[in-house]
Amino acid sequence: MFGKLTLDAIPYHEPIIVGTLAVVGLVGLLLAVALTKYNKWGYLWREWITSVDHKRLGVMYIILALVMLLRGFADAIMMRTQLALATNGAEGYLPPEHYDQIFTAHGVIMIIFMAMPFMIGLMNIVVPMQIGARDVAFPFLNNLSFWLAVSGALLVNISLGVGEFAKTGWVAYPPLSGINYSPGVGMDYYIWALQISGIGTTLTGVNFLVTVLKMRAPGMKLMQMPIFTWTCTWANILIVASFPILTGALAMLTLDRYLDFHFFTNDLGGNPMMYINLFWAWGHPEVYILVLPAFGIFSEVISTFTGKRLFGYKSMVLASGAISILGFIVWLHHFFTMGSSANVNAFFGVTTMIIAVPTGVKLFNWLFTMYRGRLRFTTPVLWTLGFMVTFTIGGMTGVLLSIPGADYVLHNSLFLIAHFHNTIIGGAVFGYLAGFAYWFPKAMGYTLDEKWGKRAFWCWQIGFYCAFLPLYVLGFLGMTRRLNHSDNPDWNIWLYIACVGAFIIALGIACQLIQLVVSYRKREENRDLSGDPWNGHTLEWASASPPQFYNFAIDPRVEDIDAFTDMKEKGHAYQRPETYAPIHMPKNTGVGFVMGMLLTVAGFGAVWHIWWLVIAALAGTLVAFLVRCYDNDVDYYVQPDEIERIEDAHRTNVQLANAMKA
Amino acid sequence: MRERKVPWLSGGLLLGAALFLTGCEGGVLDPKGQVGVDEKNLIIIATLLMLIVVIPVIFMTLFFAWKYRASNHKATYMPKWSHSTRIELVVWLIPCIIIIVLGTITWISTHRLDPYKPLEHDKEALKVEVVSLNWKWLFIYPEQGIATVNELVIPTGVPVSFRLTSESTMNSFFIPQLGSQIYTMAAMATQLHLVADEPGSYDGISANYSGAGFTGMTFDTVATATKADFQSWVEEVRASEQTLDSAAYAALAQPTEDHPVTYYGRVTSGLFD
Repeated sequence: MFGKLTLDAIPYHEPIIVGTLAVVGLVGLLLAVALTKYNKWGYLWREWITSVDHKRLGVMYIILALVMLLRGFADAIMMRTQLALATNGAEGYLPPEHYDQIFTAHGVIMIIFMAMPFMIGLMNIVVPMQIGARDVAFPFLNNLSFWLAVSGALLVNISLGVGEFAKTGWVAYPPLSGINYSPGVGMDYYIWALQISGIGTTLTGVNFLVTVLKMRAPGMKLMQMPIFTWTCTWANILIVASFPILTGALAMLTLDRYLDFHFFTNDLGGNPMMYINLFWAWGHPEVYILVLPAFGIFSEVISTFTGKRLFGYKSMVLASGAISILGFIVWLHHFFTMGSSANVNAFFGVTTMIIAVPTGVKLFNWLFTMYRGRLRFTTPVLWTLGFMVTFTIGGMTGVLLSIPGADYVLHNSLFLIAHFHNTIIGGAVFGYLAGFAYWFPKAMGYTLDEKWGKRAFWCWQIGFYCAFLPLYVLGFLGMTRRLNHSDNPDWNIWLYIACVGAFIIALGIACQLIQLVVSYRKREENRDLSGDPWNGHTLEWASASPPQFYNFAIDPRVEDIDAFTDMKEKGHAYQRPETYAPIHMPKNTGVGFVMGMLLTVAGFGAVWHIWWLVIAALAGTLVAFLVRCYDNDVDYYVQPDEIERIEDAHRTNVQLANAMKA
Repeated sequence: MRERKVPWLSGGLLLGAALFLTGCEGGVLDPKGQVGVDEKNLIIIATLLMLIVVIPVIFMTLFFAWKYRASNHKATYMPKWSHSTRIELVVWLIPCIIIIVLGTITWISTHRLDPYKPLEHDKEALKVEVVSLNWKWLFIYPEQGIATVNELVIPTGVPVSFRLTSESTMNSFFIPQLGSQIYTMAAMATQLHLVADEPGSYDGISANYSGAGFTGMTFDTVATATKADFQSWVEEVRASEQTLDSAAYAALAQPTEDHPVTYYGRVTSGLFD
C-alpha cells in the first residue's frame, strides 16, 4: 500500500532534525494562525497563489529564494562547524551519514532553489517592464513554472523529515548515485526534485525568449533592449539549450535506478563517463545562466548611480553573447583528470580561458562607466564595487584552474571550492542582492533602509574573504573537498578562520532580514511616490511603485537605449493622453498551483514506489491541464475609466514627489 | 556620501601573503618530485601573468569609485559619454594578449604534463597497478609479485608507471606532493606517471568523493632513500603469509573503513586485468 514508506522513515531519533522540524512546524503554525486571524487566506489565494502577474510571481520567487537561502546556509554553517571541530582526527558531531547529505543538500539548494529562483524572480519583475510590455508572453505558463520550482523545493525539504536526502554530492556521479551504491530514497528525492523544477525552468526560458522577441514596446529594436534584459535573454537561450540535457541525463539515471537499465552502470555496456559529460554539458552553462543576469544588474546599477550612459553597450551585449556561446564548449574542464588526451584537455583549457576575454571587457566597461560619472554610494553600488574586486580574484583563480597542468593538482581541492564560491557568491549572489536593493522600491513601493543594507554588505564582504581565502590556502595544502574530518595540524588554523567567516556571513544575512523588518516599519516615510527613486534610465521606472497591474496604460514609444531618460529629457514622460483604450489582461487561475502540488505528490509517490499514488496524481495533473485547455474564460478588459483613475492617482503622486524634492 | 576605507582589501592582501608563506610546507606548493615541481612553476607563472591585469583592475575600480564620487564636483562629469573606439580597442586587446600568451603556455604544458606520457628519465620505470575499493587502496606490484593495501612504497629517483582502475565507485588517485592526480574508474584503466626526487613519506588521498568511508581512504607513500631499501621492503612484504587470489580479492572488495595496512606476499597474476 505505501511502497517502501514505513514509520521508520521519520528520523525522530535525530535531535538536530527533530529540532529543525519543530521550528519549521511552529513557524508554519504561527503563519497559519496569523492568516486566519487577519482573515487573509482568501487574499493569499486570489491575489498571490493564483496570480499570473509577472511582478507578483517575481516577488514569490524571491521569497522562495530567501527561505531556501536560510536552509542552504544552515547546511553551510553545519559543515563549517563540523570541520572546525573535527580536526586532529576527532570525529566531530556529524557522522558521514548526515554530513554527506548536508553537503549534497547545500549544493542542490543553493544552486537550484536559491540562486535560480532569485535570478528568475528579478527577471520576472523587471524584464517585461524594461521592454514596455504588459506581461510575459504566456502568463499562465509563468505561474505554472513557479509552482514547479516550489514543487522541487518541497520535495527536497520533505526529504529532511521523511527518509533521507542524497549522499552523493550535488553532482551525483554514477556509479555512486546508481542503485547499487545508493540504494536509499535520498537519490530519488534528488532526481524528482531536480526533474520537476528543471522542467519549470525550461518553460521559463521559453516564456521569456518569446516575450522579448514578440512583446517589445513599439520602436524598441533588439539592440535597444536594456542591458539587464539582454543578459537575461542570453541566460534564457542557455536555459533552453542546456536544461533539456539535464532532463535527459536525469531520465536515463531514473531508468537505471527504477527499471534496471544500464546507461551509466559499471557493467552490461553502461558508461558512467557519459553521465559526467551530460551533467556538465548542462552544469557549466548553468553557472553562466546564474551569473549573466547578475552582470546585467551591475550594468544597470552602475549606469544609474553614476548618472551616466553605460559605456560600450554594444561591447557589453556582444561580450555576454560570447560568454554564452563559449560557455557551451568548455564543459570538459570539470574533468581534466579523467584521462582525456593532451589535445582534448588543451583544447578545453584554452576555450575556457578565452571566456576571460569578454569577461575582462565587461569589467573594463563598468570601470569606464564610472569614469567621468557622479557615483552615489548606495547599497547597490557597494555590492557592485565589492563584486568588481571580488569577482576579479575569482576570475583569476578560474583561469588558473582552466590550465590542465594546474588543475591536475588543484582539481576537487578546496581551492576549487574557494574559486566557485568566489564567482557564485562574489558574482551571482552579490548581483542579486544589488538587484534586490535596486528594484525593491519598484516591487514593493518603498525603499529599503540604507543603514542596514550597508551593514549587510560589509558583513557579507568581510565574511566572504574570511570564509573563502583560507579555502584557497587549504587547497594548496592538499585538502580535498567533501572530507568529513581531518588530521593535519597545518590545516587547523585555516579551518577555524573559515568557520569564523561563515558566522560573519550569518551576521550579514541577519542584517538583511533586519533590514526588511526595519524598512517595512518605516515604509510610510520611505514611500516611493514618483516610481523613479534613483532617476533611472529604463522603462520600469516610468510606472508607479508598485507598478499598475497592467504596467503601462499606453504602450511606451522607444527611441533610445535609455528609453526613460530619453523621455524625461524630451518632456514625454508622465504625459496625459487624450483617451485610454481598454487593456486586455489575463485572469488569475489556480490550475498552476494544483498541477504543481499534484506533481509534488507524484514525485513523492515515485520516491517511495507508491505506484497507485503516482498514477492518481499524474492523472489529476492531466485533468487539471485539460480543464485549463478547454477553459475559454481566461481574459478580461480593464475599462478606460478604471485606467484613468489609476493613472491620475499616479500622476498626482509624481507631482507630490517633485514638490517634495523641490 | 563620505568615502570608505577598504579593510577587506588589506586583509585580503595580508592573507594572500600568509598563503604563500604557509604554502611552503606540505601540499602542492611543496613538491618532492619533478611532475609536482613543473606544476608548481606553472601555477606561479600563470598567476603572475594574470596579476598584470588583475591588480590594475582592482586598483582602477577603487580609484575611479573614489575619484568620481558624487560629492567630488571638481571631477569631470560627462553623462552622455558612452563610447570611445580607442578605449574599446584597448580593453579587447589587453585580455586577448594575456590569453594568447597563457593559451600558448597551456597548450605546451598540457602536452608536456600529460599524465599518460612516460617521464623522460634514464632509469626504467617501476610498474604499479592501483585499484580503488570501498574504501581503501590496493597496490599491486606485478614485477615483484606482491601487493599492499593503503601503503605505497617506491624508490626515490625512479619513475613510477601507474595503471589504475576501480572496483566500485569513481575515485581520484592523488599524492599532492608528487603532482598530478587521475581518476580511477571501474571497467577501464587510466594511466599516470610520477617520480619522487626526495626520500620521505607523503600523504596519499582519494580526491573524488566516493561514499561514507571516503575520508578515511588515505594511504602513505614512502619514497625509500635507496634502491636497496626498496628491495628489502619488497622482501618484507614477500615474507607475508597472505596470498591475493580471487577469493582474497573478493573479501577485500567488501566495504570497510580506515582499513589497516596489509601485505600480500603473493599475487595471482592477471588480477588487475
